[in-house]
Amino acid sequence: MTPQPHNAMDLRLTRRYPFSASHRLHSAHLSEAENQRAYGKCNNPYGHGHNYVVEVAVSGPVDPATGMIANLADLDSFVAQQVLEPFDRTYLNEQVPDFRDVVPTTENLCIEIFRRLRAFPHAKLERVLVEETGLNKFEYSGESQGSEP
Amino acid sequence: MVYITRKIEFSASHLYNNPALSPEENRRVFGKCNNPHGHGHNYVLEVTVAGEPDPRTGMVLDLKELKRVLQDEIMERMDHRFLNYEVSELAGKIPTCENIAATIWTLLESKIARGRLHRVRLYETPDLFVDCYGEKNGAAR
Repeated sequence: MTPQPHNAMDLRLTRRYPFSASHRLHSAHLSEAENQRAYGKCNNPYGHGHNYVVEVAVSGPVDPATGMIANLADLDSFVAQQVLEPFDRTYLNEQVPDFRDVVPTTENLCIEIFRRLRAFPHAKLERVLVEETGLNKFEYSGESQGSEP
Repeated sequence: MVYITRKIEFSASHLYNNPALSPEENRRVFGKCNNPHGHGHNYVLEVTVAGEPDPRTGMVLDLKELKRVLQDEIMERMDHRFLNYEVSELAGKIPTCENIAATIWTLLESKIARGRLHRVRLYETPDLFVDCYGEKNGAAR
């Protein structure tokens, strides 16, 4: 008997991935004094690091052959290729070209990760959440399609 | 509207195998999860109920009552069980986190005496969870 899926159900699969990177918050649009005022310690010219955690949420029909929205091996390899390999153990400002002219706040990091993962071919990307530390987190669900967490 | 969440933990084993696929295909699709002896997880279940507090008690629903429902419907059925063979509601289904979460929703939905079941979140590991919001096109998230 072919296993029966739960396709009538509204389901969302979420996976968490850690990576570590450094950044410096400094805007070319602000003066030195304004940068200091806006970013405080985060404006330290040498940068500083975090253990980030990215939560990736996807939705879609449950494949009757597997019982899955997406095979985790596919999701893991896509996230590794698009985000973890280019970001892990890097200085985001200098080593990720998207942050040459965009301040790598965790807000912007969240949006950039969403942009990179949007093309995941096996399920619909619903939301990206980034924990900068265990005490703060940021979420992005794309433009004009936001839904409550 | 207030959302209240109760958490429980249960431990169970499972394996992934689709009898319609060959043994080679099953190993390719499911990898280690196809091990015929099964393997286990400490599942963490978060059940969220939405509702307005009762003006007399200040409660959306009595958490003792929710605790009893979770004990009767989920713990008794799934804790320290082999999900493929011992949980009849999962018979004929591959016990992925998606299918278990949807099954838990179905088991709980009619048992919530006050308020409305809003979300079932099932963690298979701390890094993997599934949210179920019930039937599609049902109440808004």
